[in-house]
Amino acid sequence: MALVELRLPPLAVHVRTARLVVVAAARRAGIEDELVDELRFAVGEACSRAMGLHARYAPEQPVRITVDDGPAGLVVSVIDEGPAAGPVPDDPSAGLLDDAAQVDADSDLELVDPDLALALVTGLVDTATVDAGPAGTTVTLRWPLPVPARGPGATAISTS
Amino acid sequence: MDLSLSTRTEGDRTVVMVGGEIDVYTAPKLREQLIDLVSSGQYHLVVDMEGVEFLDSTGLGVLVGGLKRVRAHEGSLRLVCTQERILKIFRITGLTKVFPIHASVDEAVAATD
Repeated sequence: MALVELRLPPLAVHVRTARLVVVAAARRAGIEDELVDELRFAVGEACSRAMGLHARYAPEQPVRITVDDGPAGLVVSVIDEGPAAGPVPDDPSAGLLDDAAQVDADSDLELVDPDLALALVTGLVDTATVDAGPAGTTVTLRWPLPVPARGPGATAISTS
Repeated sequence: MDLSLSTRTEGDRTVVMVGGEIDVYTAPKLREQLIDLVSSGQYHLVVDMEGVEFLDSTGLGVLVGGLKRVRAHEGSLRLVCTQERILKIFRITGLTKVFPIHASVDEAVAATD
């Protein structure tokens, strides 16, 4: 069973919802403090990308986010039903500085550049995998979780 | 909205103080502010990021948009940021080469290069 499974309508306000819930779940699972900023940023980018695609191509469909903990550590998946991911550019800032990309957006989700968001996620998180298909894309992110220590008295039961 | 904005003038510069989170939901508010300033003839901007708790690619995009707008009028857009977790985002996107980033508003206002 997943720790958390979210279905969020593709609204810009919900990118923050996803960040908050995933960070809370990750902290509960014991993620180290110094990884939280990276997790928050990467999940935010992946969700912004997914929601931007849904707003354009599947506005009635929610974006799915799952958080699992298991032997592989913390696994966060962001699942969208948009068109397949384009090739990941080597230089994440190339899209930002490109004049053609400066669209005068009507809606906030149109401010998202999906390829840039994906480049930032894969550039920042070594373990990121992108599974793109005709039905959509799953971006999977993994972070290690510390193994709980076993103290000497951990299983002692007092019988008095 | 989890974004606060306030502006003040310091000489011929306009300082925009930003607080809270800049993401896809709040970035349009910052975008509007920068557009309004340029429309009203303020071309030398200092964006004080010291109160920013979160910044993502849409926030970066809005700052780049602001930079382009002021440059069209021979202006400047400088940032004030000493927070490592925000500087890191500028670094990984290569934008430290694009934006002058200062350690204080005083330093940014005095800079002329």
